[in-house]
Amino acid sequence: MQQTRSIEMGTGLFVLLGMAALFFLTTQTTGSNSLSGSDTFEVTARFDNVGSLKNRAPVRMSGVTIGRVTSVRFDPDTLVAEVKLEIESQYDRIPEDSDAGILTSGLLGSQYIGLQAGGSDLSLQEGSEIEFTQSAIVIENLISKYLFKQDSGSDEK
Amino acid sequence: MSDAVDHLIEINDLYYSRGALQIFTGLNLRIRRRQVTAIMGPSGTGKTTLLRLITRQLIPDRGTILIDGIDIATLNQKELYSLRRRFGMLFQNGALLTDLSVFENVAFPLREHTNLPNRLIRHVVLTKLHAVGLRGAADMMPGQLSGGMARRVALARAMVMDPDILIYDEPFVGLDPISMGVIVRLVRKMNDALGVSSILVSHDVQEIAAVADCSYLLSDGKVAASGSPDELRNASSELVKQFMHGMADGPVAFHFDAPDYAEQLLGRDAD
Amino acid sequence: MLRELYFSFVDFLRTFGALQLFFLRLLANSPAILVRRFGLVVQQVYNAGALSLVIIMICGFFVGGVLGLQGYANLAKFNAEDSVGTFAAFSLLKELGPVITALLFSGRAGTALASEIGLMKATEQLSAMEMMAVDPLRRILVPRFLGGVISMPLLTAIFSVIGLFGAHLVAVDLLGVDPGAFWQQMRSSLEIGDVWEGIIKSMVFGVVASLLAVWEGYNAIPTAEGVGRATTRTVVITAIAVLILDFMITAIAI
Repeated sequence: MQQTRSIEMGTGLFVLLGMAALFFLTTQTTGSNSLSGSDTFEVTARFDNVGSLKNRAPVRMSGVTIGRVTSVRFDPDTLVAEVKLEIESQYDRIPEDSDAGILTSGLLGSQYIGLQAGGSDLSLQEGSEIEFTQSAIVIENLISKYLFKQDSGSDEK
Repeated sequence: MSDAVDHLIEINDLYYSRGALQIFTGLNLRIRRRQVTAIMGPSGTGKTTLLRLITRQLIPDRGTILIDGIDIATLNQKELYSLRRRFGMLFQNGALLTDLSVFENVAFPLREHTNLPNRLIRHVVLTKLHAVGLRGAADMMPGQLSGGMARRVALARAMVMDPDILIYDEPFVGLDPISMGVIVRLVRKMNDALGVSSILVSHDVQEIAAVADCSYLLSDGKVAASGSPDELRNASSELVKQFMHGMADGPVAFHFDAPDYAEQLLGRDAD
Repeated sequence: MLRELYFSFVDFLRTFGALQLFFLRLLANSPAILVRRFGLVVQQVYNAGALSLVIIMICGFFVGGVLGLQGYANLAKFNAEDSVGTFAAFSLLKELGPVITALLFSGRAGTALASEIGLMKATEQLSAMEMMAVDPLRRILVPRFLGGVISMPLLTAIFSVIGLFGAHLVAVDLLGVDPGAFWQQMRSSLEIGDVWEGIIKSMVFGVVASLLAVWEGYNAIPTAEGVGRATTRTVVITAIAVLILDFMITAIAI
């Protein structure tokens, strides 16, 4: 009986430790769920070109993360990309005419959406659409534009 | 079939082979109720295999084994397990479960098959251990027991479900004379006191003579001789004589089949 | 030559098929054992899990420490030593935790299982059970299998957490990385899906390592030599299976 008891104790201790470790891993090592835990509202933005923007990419204002991208899809009716963003409810006074751009963190970093405050009295809320958008900068286009400009410039002279 | 009532186990024209090795070729054997039946034979004649066939741990290639007139090959898993509960088997080295104490080993079949309260289990187990004289060893682990004691515990375990057939696989191997005497006495006692039928596989002629009512001598996959120990001892067959009196050479040759000795020494056997 | 190759292929297929059937039989009997004979499973969780705890913790701590050192040394070249937490967490949670735990488990618990079952077979304990109308598969194999399956994810989680603290100790306390940066960088780049990838891996490895140990023990040739061979095979085959599966799961997850 004594032996059975120590086995039960050891097993119980082991399982508790394991559970605690699992709990630690699922809650303490990840930060992304701090957002999905709080209330959010969803807004839409259309871009001519989203570049390599991905789901769960951050939405930032003045460099502070205030939300995330929840879906990126191509809208066959308007023929542009439609991006849905969720923004934390505490930021409920972002002007409606704010400007959304797809930016890159660092030179080669991942892409995120940056919001630039507008001047309207009305605020973004659940279901609003951001009218003013600026597409991702595609390096190939940039380079070809530059080359083309130089080309045409030399022609004129 | 009229004498099927008298015979507990009937084996008819049994064939069994392992790989290319023919072990039984037309074996016929009858085991009577409430007797101690011994199955003897030189090493390697498949005595243990026969026990495994009787308990259907192995399945014969041909021939039938009837227990109480029922062909055991026709049993399904459930019927087989209920048949096996009628058997108590003592393995060569006891086969005690090494991670359980002596008490728990004997209690094992009760715990697995019944819902008896602990007090009753304790009572039954101690009774059986007392019968084999090891009530005092109940709390020991199998590793602490001597060979003879382990076998006695295994006997207590084999009896705990009150089987009506007790099977002993080489119960005398590797025991000192005193332990051997104890086991011989126990085999006889269990058989007579509990009214079970016993099947004993062994090649210890002396002990068998002391305990068996009837014995079979196996050789070459068949029964070579049968009868009471006395009858066997006085049999005229060369093979029986060699076995019963332990002679080195005879029909069972001392030399295993080999090329000619002189030829081999001279290295001429290569081709 | 071709004939031999063909036969060994057929042989492999047969063994593989037999292993699947064996696995199905274990699974089919698992729920009943889990409910009715829970005590047997607890005993095996103790044998496979609690007794492996010390080796898992020591190894986890030092693996984490090495990640701290290596991560710091290499990331410092890019002025990114703050990311050492991210580096250690990714390595531990997704790869090293599940894989090393599975390998250690097969070395510590798998070999114990295989040799225990093999010895039970060699000393006729399994036959004796069958003669007592007790199915050894249910009484011996299923509880041991379940014990391993339950223990592995828990052991892996403990390994990873201890590893993180080992990395923390080296990077923060020894090398002076800012503790806030250590955890914050980790949290902002690690997603819940990454943690799940590791947990799912450890579950799969738990099933595979336990299955192979029980299988090898049960099919050991019942002699001293046979049991020894079965024990060796357990470690070798488990290592191969775990690494192949690790690659496959990672490929699916990415």
